[in-house]
Amino acid sequence: MAPGWGGTLLVGFLHSIEIAIGATCLGLLIGTGGACGKLYGGPVARDLLAIYTTVVRAVPELVLILLLYYAGTDLINQVLAAMGYQRIDISGLAAGIFVLGVVQGAYSTEVIRGAILSIPQGQIEAARAYGMPPGLMLRRITLPAMLPFAIPGLANLWLIATKDTALLAVVGFFELTLATRQAAGVTKAYLLFFVAAGVLYLALTLFSNLIIGRVEAWSRRGMPSVKEAR
Amino acid sequence: MTGETAVINVAARASLWLQPHRIVLILIALALVFCAAFFMRWDWLPQYWEMGLLGIWRALWILVVTCALGFLLAVPLGLAQAGGPSWFAVPAKVFCTIIRGTPLLLQLWLLYYGLGSLFPQYPWIRESWMWPYLRQAWPYAVVALTLSFAGYEGEVMRGAFAGVPKGQLEAARAFGMSRFKIFRRIWLPQAFYRALPTLTGETVLQLKSTPLVATISVIDIFAVSSKVRQDTYLTYEPLLLLALIYMTITGILVLIFSRIEARIPVKIG
Repeated sequence: MAPGWGGTLLVGFLHSIEIAIGATCLGLLIGTGGACGKLYGGPVARDLLAIYTTVVRAVPELVLILLLYYAGTDLINQVLAAMGYQRIDISGLAAGIFVLGVVQGAYSTEVIRGAILSIPQGQIEAARAYGMPPGLMLRRITLPAMLPFAIPGLANLWLIATKDTALLAVVGFFELTLATRQAAGVTKAYLLFFVAAGVLYLALTLFSNLIIGRVEAWSRRGMPSVKEAR
Repeated sequence: MTGETAVINVAARASLWLQPHRIVLILIALALVFCAAFFMRWDWLPQYWEMGLLGIWRALWILVVTCALGFLLAVPLGLAQAGGPSWFAVPAKVFCTIIRGTPLLLQLWLLYYGLGSLFPQYPWIRESWMWPYLRQAWPYAVVALTLSFAGYEGEVMRGAFAGVPKGQLEAARAFGMSRFKIFRRIWLPQAFYRALPTLTGETVLQLKSTPLVATISVIDIFAVSSKVRQDTYLTYEPLLLLALIYMTITGILVLIFSRIEARIPVKIG
């Protein structure tokens, strides 16, 4: 094995993690906004959000990534050109985060919407009765109370995000899977590098599971333990 | 009576679509579709539609075969984890964890590039009857997608098998059924009914994974659209049409599964 390819793999791995974290954060923002819009928004907002979540969940991520990648960079450049600036090269990192974030947003909209719906109604009514403004209510009541219901779904989404970063290899973004393919192509040690990359992904998943278990226990603190429905 | 309710249903459905804001949205959507039809370039369609149909056929074929084979594999995987001996349950658990913990694209490339580069080194493989198949890309695609589906669905089946009430199995044993008969008549059908709603989602997910096979040179509908993009230098038109095709297939799949679900006679609870 030529020296240095292990380092290349690790750099790709870091890029994958960066994108997954960025995309999950963006997805959470979109998801929170989308869930609130779906639950409390006007009829037009609701319909538009329904179209957004349905379309994103019905079209393969690979197609969406290509569409959003080209459309997003085109749009930014055209806006810049219209405002009299020069065209810029969008960094792969930003584009990847944007594209996966939009995809994640659709899924987390549904997860968060379901979680908000499973909050006992009395809690929200009590908050309203105290005269809380909507922003404060969201921050103090709705978000913390929905967390235990949302965390399993959101954890699943995080795991999907880490694995979806691999799809960015198809548009040529340098993350773990593409790094692996380059390393394997040069050294011809295909099996070795692909297995190594698999171990890295698996380690990330298992480590995430460990953290998720802690977070879930924390979000359920003070709640009566519910025996698993069997 | 039934005619009356049908009329009411139709009326309710129509009024659902005929709210003022929906009419405006539908008009905007129609305007967008017309703009897309008239201002975008679609002159490449006659040249490529045959290839496109073949691509759709290949994608559907891969979807059906991998879902069927994957489900057959998922049943023993779920059974092993739900109630098998540990020497059977632990490997099944490890298999599901590995499949679910790594990206499908990586598994696909591992099989195609990794194993594919390994096979030619052995003369006995090159001389065997399998060689003509192993030189093509689609067997690797089918194997990778089947294993992936089995990994995810195996986890679902584990939950479904474990969720069948104990009393059902005990009653079957009290009737003197053999173990295989219990499995065939009681355990598997009830677990299958429980898993059916998630099966819809898994199948749609599997459909959305099929374009990955284009990366190992299987010519499915995604590969056809890539070829169109390369040949005509168009960016959006082929991708938009592709998205539309996938949405249509997803819609049809969901419809079929909801029909099947409606046929289940009793609620299992």
